[in-house]
Amino acid sequence: MTGFVTLLYKELLRFWKVGFQTILAPMVSTLLYLLIFLHVLEEHVEVYPDVAYTLFLIPGLVMMAVIQNAFANSSSSIIQSKISGNIVFILLSPLSYRAIFFAYILASIARGLLVGLGVYLVTLIFFDVPLRLPLLALLFVILGSGILGAMGLIAGIWADKFDQLAAFQNFIILPLTFLSGVFYSVHSLPAGWQVISHLNPFFYMIDGFRYGFFGVSDFSPYVSLGIMAICLIVISTFTIRLLRSGYKLRH
Amino acid sequence: MSSAIEVKQVCKRYGSLSALEDIDLEIHSGEFFALLGPNGAGKTTLISIIAGLSFANSGSVNVMGHNVITHYQQARLNLGIVPQELVFDPFFTVREILRIQSGYYGITGNARWIDEIIERLDLSDKADANMRALSGGMKRRVLVAQALVHKPPVIILDEPTAGVDVELRQTLWEFIQQLNRDGHTIVLTTHYLEEAETLCNRVAMLKEGKIIALDSTHNLIGKMNSGNSLRLRLLPDALPFPLQALQINYSNGLYELQIADYTQMEFILSTLRSEQIQIMEMHLQQPDLEDVFVNLMRKSRN
Ligand SMILES: Nc1ncnc2c1ncn2[C@@H]1O[C@H](COP(=O)(O)OP(=O)(O)OP(=O)(O)O)[C@@H](O)[C@H]1O
Ligand SMILES: [Mg+2]
Repeated sequence: MTGFVTLLYKELLRFWKVGFQTILAPMVSTLLYLLIFLHVLEEHVEVYPDVAYTLFLIPGLVMMAVIQNAFANSSSSIIQSKISGNIVFILLSPLSYRAIFFAYILASIARGLLVGLGVYLVTLIFFDVPLRLPLLALLFVILGSGILGAMGLIAGIWADKFDQLAAFQNFIILPLTFLSGVFYSVHSLPAGWQVISHLNPFFYMIDGFRYGFFGVSDFSPYVSLGIMAICLIVISTFTIRLLRSGYKLRH
Repeated sequence: MSSAIEVKQVCKRYGSLSALEDIDLEIHSGEFFALLGPNGAGKTTLISIIAGLSFANSGSVNVMGHNVITHYQQARLNLGIVPQELVFDPFFTVREILRIQSGYYGITGNARWIDEIIERLDLSDKADANMRALSGGMKRRVLVAQALVHKPPVIILDEPTAGVDVELRQTLWEFIQQLNRDGHTIVLTTHYLEEAETLCNRVAMLKEGKIIALDSTHNLIGKMNSGNSLRLRLLPDALPFPLQALQINYSNGLYELQIADYTQMEFILSTLRSEQIQIMEMHLQQPDLEDVFVNLMRKSRN
């Protein structure tokens, strides 16, 4: 247990010590997104009756920040220690593979949660954003950032260079995020695209999270929750196996 | 004697390159052991496999009786490794690093031991400095410190003195020798063969992934067939007849005589005295580990 706690503490300290880049910077960029989209779209779009586009947009952007930062945290931590070589200190230690996995994932969740909370609190200064079911919303943040933390771990283990990691981010994470309904309701899409959207796990994160705010969503939030829980279990099992196999880490 | 490290028929390939071929090696508890060999011989590869940093293609390794794959946690708890590469975590200070490293091994509240290591490795001035602010040699000391936080019974040092100044090299070896006297098993690699010769009781020499010599340091040096030799500059410059049988070389006014054992010295000196020949210069050459090393490497090439 001490080993796990230490690694978690180290991972938390790692991003906390550079909080300007890891927490503040993503908050600022998310708020910029919000301003730009509102300026362009406010008058033209209404997704749900009784929910202004501003308000519709906020949970999506919060969740997007959560997703990106949870991914960035574990992936950048792993690849940095791989490239600088100091990952040997973890590999030499008797830390179990499960302990390593959970420490990285929890640090990702913590960073996702901090950035998400930060963005939400700042928007409260300008808008009156309801939060009907805070616990449900929290659960979505935890599951979502857990899944992304695991994806970050996989990407960090797989990538040998920062470019490869950037490619993973640009060709997988970013499209999945943008096509998940951050900026629109999938119901506004043609039927074919709706089906494809439902294959995107990020859709359930954003849609369910939004339900936590307004009590309305495209899809049943409890089914979304179930789907995400299954995703998290599957990806966690896979990632722990990957760590155990020594893939790319113990060549 | 129980074994600290047991390597059985380990093979490691990188593509078509065979980095280790059928390595069998047993290092006993309490030994001070040297792993020697030229660059690329496979020393680091073998250490990585013992440490679980790399998996062998075949064979098995135990550390203090624990298999490094199936009982990796027990094996790693018993092992402290000083890696050859100068790696460090730029986010932390020396003391933070050592505290975190202890935590990985499940240890808390060992501040006194950490202080002791810091002091013994002459890092006190830098204990609260960020790792980035340390010189190369200091980073190397931190690597040594990190390997010792959990007081492992088996300590492997992969070229711990590369880039370390003379003074620290001595304090480092004193510290390591004390650990060895306290019962820790020490394995080291070094390219400074006199270090291995003075410190280690047993030596394995590796070449191209194979062990080409494995014996006590004493025996290895004793086996050198050249034995001791004596070089003399004489006045007048003439070797008396009785000594000519011993001569193996003459150059620049120096006669080189082969001596099988030291009792011959008396014979040589008395012969010279009776011929009234003065000794102007004298060197006694004993074979050292370096001669053994050079000799073995040359032989295995043919
Ligand atoms: N990751 C790797 N991929 C491919 N080849 C490797 C790898 N690591 C080591 N080798 C090769 O394996 C052989 C043994 O290397 P190793 O690092 O064990 O040598 P060494 O005895 O430690 O040498 P040195 O004294 O230079 O440290 C070398 O030929 C090296 O090129
Ligand atoms: Mg080496």
